[in-house]
Amino acid sequence: MSLLRLERVHTFYGGVHALKGIDLEVCEGEIVTLIGSNGAGKSTTLKTISGQVKAKSGSIVYEGKDMTNTPPHMTALAGIAHVPEGRRIFPRLTVKENLEMGAFSVNDRKEIAERMERVFHYFPRLKERLQQKGGTMSGGEQQMLAIGRALMMKPKLLMLDEPSMGLAPIIVEQIFHIIRELNDEGMTILLVEQNAFQALQIAHRGYVIQTGEITMSGTGKELLGNEQVREAYLG
Amino acid sequence: MIEHVLQTLPQVIIDGLALGAVYAIVALGYTMVYGILELINFAHGEIFMTGAFVGTALLLSFSAFGWLSSMPMLLALLLVLVATSIVTGLLGMGIERIAYRPLRNAPKLITLITAIGISFLLQDFVRFITELKKGNYILTGPSLFTGQVNISASSIWSGFHDASVKSSFFIVLVTAVVMMMTLDFFVNKTKWGMAMRAVAQDRETAALMSVNVNKVIALTFFIGSALGGATGVLFAIQYGTIDPYIGFILGLKAFTAAVLGGIGNIRGAMFGGIVLGLLEMFAAANLPIVSDGILGAEYKDVFAFSILIIVLIFKPEGLFGKVSVEKV
Repeated sequence: MSLLRLERVHTFYGGVHALKGIDLEVCEGEIVTLIGSNGAGKSTTLKTISGQVKAKSGSIVYEGKDMTNTPPHMTALAGIAHVPEGRRIFPRLTVKENLEMGAFSVNDRKEIAERMERVFHYFPRLKERLQQKGGTMSGGEQQMLAIGRALMMKPKLLMLDEPSMGLAPIIVEQIFHIIRELNDEGMTILLVEQNAFQALQIAHRGYVIQTGEITMSGTGKELLGNEQVREAYLG
Repeated sequence: MIEHVLQTLPQVIIDGLALGAVYAIVALGYTMVYGILELINFAHGEIFMTGAFVGTALLLSFSAFGWLSSMPMLLALLLVLVATSIVTGLLGMGIERIAYRPLRNAPKLITLITAIGISFLLQDFVRFITELKKGNYILTGPSLFTGQVNISASSIWSGFHDASVKSSFFIVLVTAVVMMMTLDFFVNKTKWGMAMRAVAQDRETAALMSVNVNKVIALTFFIGSALGGATGVLFAIQYGTIDPYIGFILGLKAFTAAVLGGIGNIRGAMFGGIVLGLLEMFAAANLPIVSDGILGAEYKDVFAFSILIIVLIFKPEGLFGKVSVEKV
């Protein structure tokens, strides 16, 4: 069942025609990946979905409702968690406060505590660092915190923007493992990656984006085996 | 000479604390708004001034109706403080909504000029209303808490002279401390305070956490302006006479205090305010003696600002400013 569907979405970003009619669909329970090179429009796609950037035309339908140009705090309330590029944790809030920010719309203390326990299940490291300021952690820990913070929202759709960026291979391995685990437990995931090889390996389906247009789509396996994809992104 | 400095020290500390408390709370308004919008809200000094006038007008009408004698003085003061806070809080929120929000994405300089414009507008508006009602824009409120209290500092150490204070000093100090502690608690321990800090650090990402950023910014303006307005009332009670221009210099000094403490840092602003008040009073009491009459007490500002310049040369981020450690 379709959870999110973009139709002919055009977005202008800083005077540039960044998205030129994007069609994309994410079904419940899927991992869908969006791969492409730098500046192709991957991040802009996520930003348009979460409402950080306005779409000029086209439609974004989420759970059967039109969500085009809904402001970010409303898309978050609707259950879309966007983990932005570069993690963007709150550097001068503690780890605990960062996680609490994820559950900002929840008032039930018990529910917040339960969600936090769930996050510790995936990222035990965070539990050891609860009182540490977010900005003092390593890149890998910050990425874990950024994903953990998003999980605190108990989202229906988790959008990850380059979670592997700048991280050591062993950490990347861990992060991808957790993405898969989350998906096994039913989380729908839209994953943007430059690390196409790893992304396609765990994805059910993938889209290739090039200068603002979807140029190819297929299952993860199909794209992994595709000659053009191999040449351009898997080198 | 040292002897004289020590003799007057108790009085200097008391006067400095009263003035410093006023600077500190007004500085909070500057620092909170700067922290969240990187905007120097120059109109904040005028919010303080408007608070002084609203409070004084309320006190005058209380006394005209004979209420001041029929209810406990402290209750009357509390009522006036709360009412004034609400008025100036809403005023600050309204200014943000009408003048600053449409310029949120404009260059900072444009918003700064707008803030200066709002300053003039408020000055003239208050002056106009006061002249209309009183025929004169200088306003003197009912004298409250004027009893003198003698603090026998000489009994602590014989080198000190006794200090004398108006009883309003205690009102100012206690109210100021209560306001600062409440704000500190709110910002550091409550959910909306946390949202405020999150918005100050990364507005875009806070929105992704389902925080309504506009609401948080409006709240920040409300709180800063409510505190500023209440401080205006305290100022009017402590110093008696007010005019529509008291907000300018005081605002500038409170802003200085905020920079001294590290702009954007709430505890820094409180500390900076107290330090600036103490320095100023210290200079006023001692400059004429130390310089053998060449420099009068009026040079207190030169002294205070010289200290500021020296601090900023060695610590440009302010006393409590943070050189943030952020790993990418």
